[in-house]
Amino acid sequence: MNWETVIGLEVHVQLATKTKIFSAASTAFGAAPNTQACEIDLAMPGTLPVVNKQAIDYAVMFGLAIDAEIGKTSVFERKNYFYPDLPKGYQTTQLEQPVVGPGVVDIQLDNGDTKSIRIHHAHLEEDAGKSLHEGNFRSGVSGIDLNRAGTPLIEIVSEPDMRTAEEAVAFAKKLHSIVTSLGICDGEMSQGSMRFDVNISIRPQGEDKLGTRTETKNLNSFKFMEDAIRLEVERQIDVLEDGGEVVQETRLYNGETKVARSMRSKEEANDYRYFPCPDLLPVVISDEHVEQLRANLPELPDARQQRFMAEYELSQYDATVLSADASTASYFEQAAKQSGNPKLTANWVAGELSARLNIEAISLEQSPVTAEQLAGLVIRIADNTISGKMAKQVFEGIWNGEGDADQIIEQRGLKQVSDSGALEAMVDEVLANNQAMVDDYINTDADKRKKKLGGFMGQIMKASKGQANPQQVSQILAQKLAKML
Amino acid sequence: MHNFTIIELINGLKKKVFSSTEITQHFLTRIKNLDSKFNSVITLTENQALAAAQSADQLLAKGEAPELCGVPILHKDIFCTNGVRTSCGSKMLDNFVPPYDATVIENFKNSGSVMLGKTNMDEFAMGSSNETSFYGAVKNPWATDSVPGGSSGGSAAAIAARLAPGATATDTGGSIRQPAALCGITGLKPTYGRVSRWGMIAFASSLDQGGPMARTAEDCALLLNCMASYDDKDSTCINRPVPNYSANLNDSIKGLRIGIPKEYFSEGLNPGTEQAVRNSLAEYEKLGAELVEISLPNTGLSVPAYYVIAPAEASANLSRFDGVRYGHRCEDPKDLEDLYRRTRAEGFGDEVQRRILIGTYCLSAGYYDAYYGKAQQVRQLIRQDFVQAFEKVDLIMGPTCPSPAFIFGAKGNDPVAMYLEDIYTISTNLAGLPGMSLPCGMVDSKPVGLQIIGNYFDEARMLNAAHQFQQVTDWHQQAPAGIES
Repeated sequence: MNWETVIGLEVHVQLATKTKIFSAASTAFGAAPNTQACEIDLAMPGTLPVVNKQAIDYAVMFGLAIDAEIGKTSVFERKNYFYPDLPKGYQTTQLEQPVVGPGVVDIQLDNGDTKSIRIHHAHLEEDAGKSLHEGNFRSGVSGIDLNRAGTPLIEIVSEPDMRTAEEAVAFAKKLHSIVTSLGICDGEMSQGSMRFDVNISIRPQGEDKLGTRTETKNLNSFKFMEDAIRLEVERQIDVLEDGGEVVQETRLYNGETKVARSMRSKEEANDYRYFPCPDLLPVVISDEHVEQLRANLPELPDARQQRFMAEYELSQYDATVLSADASTASYFEQAAKQSGNPKLTANWVAGELSARLNIEAISLEQSPVTAEQLAGLVIRIADNTISGKMAKQVFEGIWNGEGDADQIIEQRGLKQVSDSGALEAMVDEVLANNQAMVDDYINTDADKRKKKLGGFMGQIMKASKGQANPQQVSQILAQKLAKML
Repeated sequence: MHNFTIIELINGLKKKVFSSTEITQHFLTRIKNLDSKFNSVITLTENQALAAAQSADQLLAKGEAPELCGVPILHKDIFCTNGVRTSCGSKMLDNFVPPYDATVIENFKNSGSVMLGKTNMDEFAMGSSNETSFYGAVKNPWATDSVPGGSSGGSAAAIAARLAPGATATDTGGSIRQPAALCGITGLKPTYGRVSRWGMIAFASSLDQGGPMARTAEDCALLLNCMASYDDKDSTCINRPVPNYSANLNDSIKGLRIGIPKEYFSEGLNPGTEQAVRNSLAEYEKLGAELVEISLPNTGLSVPAYYVIAPAEASANLSRFDGVRYGHRCEDPKDLEDLYRRTRAEGFGDEVQRRILIGTYCLSAGYYDAYYGKAQQVRQLIRQDFVQAFEKVDLIMGPTCPSPAFIFGAKGNDPVAMYLEDIYTISTNLAGLPGMSLPCGMVDSKPVGLQIIGNYFDEARMLNAAHQFQQVTDWHQQAPAGIES
């Protein structure tokens, strides 16, 4: 049977506010455990929440970016359950009246088509703390770190509009791109700034009714999400094709071991007993305020992509890659403006630089090569001072802190030889020293001679210690050999 | 000295008739000598009190004294006091020492008043007799075989026994007014949002409100001047200037329209109590007020609505007491479930557990609409009753509670009979209105309270009416026997 996969996502996005959603404690990542938890985060008796206005603004900005209805009045509710890293015994979240209503996010498919994924709503809520169990803490003891407790989140809930793991990943990446472009999230996946819960069901191709779904929770990388979806789809197909039934349940996927397991079934699910939080008034957002936020909205990825194609004549692919997040886009634009060569700059940012950052697993903000330095390198490639191959060495030098492109070219004596007199002499010398190769060339059939050129090029480049301008050498070589025929 | 009102104490301090140290010492000695009979004070803060009195005396000497400088008072043990155990009358918090002050406490510190100690109360303010306190019941100074009322029974009894000239209290369904009535003192529950709830341990957040207790309306006005403030740490606190509640006490009340709700004089009202209240209303007529019969048709729904809303909020508010971060923790829990179960079963008394169960039930899936949803609708109806009534009258008056103080154990096995104790007081909490109780007669040698309900933020008018009554009556000056040492 042919099965169709149906995927919906719930995405938790940590908002980049300085302080927590209901307290003045810092949200900075990586502090010593429990040093960023105040009496409110610890749920000490008598303490009360006060909502962080910046968090509300950020949520509204997201709503505006996806063309959603903004909840003029949104209400915080209490979601009740006991867990040691949930100090109040309830999570303050939104249910009936969320801050962001229905909206749409467009994704680009591999075939170039655009698909619209509907957003059911997005709501504001507080994050819980972290429990550190056996192995991650002390033997026989669980630890609780409440630094993260109260960090503002928006939970974005999509409609079940995705049909493949690739679509789900494209959607997740698009959300990442939107929230980082808005500056409302730092986008640091490894620090948990974006986490995905994936609802998956399958049904026979052509069937309208949705199958029973499972929810795989807390995936924190695009790769893990993709793997988890594939694994779960295979599992569901196996279950159904073996005549079984998919059980509605919550599942956990371990990205390291690539194994998923059931966490709890529907029957074991909590009754969360939601009710409006009496400590917080409904959040009322005026039209004026919404318009003010709309007017100051940063450029969004789609608009930026269009602009990059128009302004810098980039291909759609390059424009998509470089416009995806605000920091990449601004790095590229800065380097492109300085170098005066957007196309070559785009190649270097999307190519060598991205690859290197990936290998070192660091962000663009941490890149040892500044936009200015990259522009300096591009300029020297464009004006033929160095070849593409030498440029890689120079890039390496800049990466290692040896200085700017010009300094490294100077220090390493990497200047490309483009003086035609010198190049001619070099070509003559190689031809003279390799009479056998020359004879072979002459005796080869005319249509196969082209293949033999590589051998001469290699000798000449070697003789020049790689500094000869390859385009020029190739021209001179062709002329000289032609004369010998 | 202990028969002086707060006004008289302030005058004496300013005129150097006595020092704060002297009166503080006097009240401390009285508490130590007499309170074994009443059990009204849980924690005596002798050293801090004497130190504060000494500072107050220095300020008084310099002539820089703020309004309540040097005046000794008691605080209900529901207000968090930095460095001083705050138990909320519960075993759960028997070992809890807050590292912060409630805003109310901070306001009193800033006003120069001296904290003598913390008063006994029903556990987590849940009770109308003070019998639910972990520290044992408070006894009514007028008849030690009778209850003082609750939940602020400790504060009320201490003032009646002249162990302090004033005290703080809180009122969720009558917890200031009912014990004030039963102990023959004056107490005021302000409009919801007038006094900050920061640091006041929550019972039912949408109903809880702190307020003053003293012997006279004039003293209550003075205490409210200090207690009321806008506080940005409490989102439900209303940003509105605090008037000088002492300014209009002596205004004439000629022409004041007093609404008499017929529902407050129906079945269940003790005839002696009714007579005392009717006599008081006649006094008001003599003072030139006009009595207008009104109807609050939904009064009968207030107790059932309250006993859904208050426990529902409490069930979530009390979830934080889980034995993880502070407070009672059971011995050697074998796992997390066991930790929660035993900690909460051991730490909470029966009435608190009963209300957590009621609240949890009311919010459960399938019951929410029938209970919590319906109760919220009733709450709107009750509010409407008052809004309509206040179109016709300036104040509403009636009995504070159906009968004088009952004997210990009389209602112990019948929670509903106990809940009906608050039948006249609960509506004002549901509506968020201010209410007060002042002594207006005696039945069987026990005090009777007259309740005054005002429109939103009309505390000054209520205090004016109460003060005028106290100018022509002496019920507030009567003292129980057996309090002289």
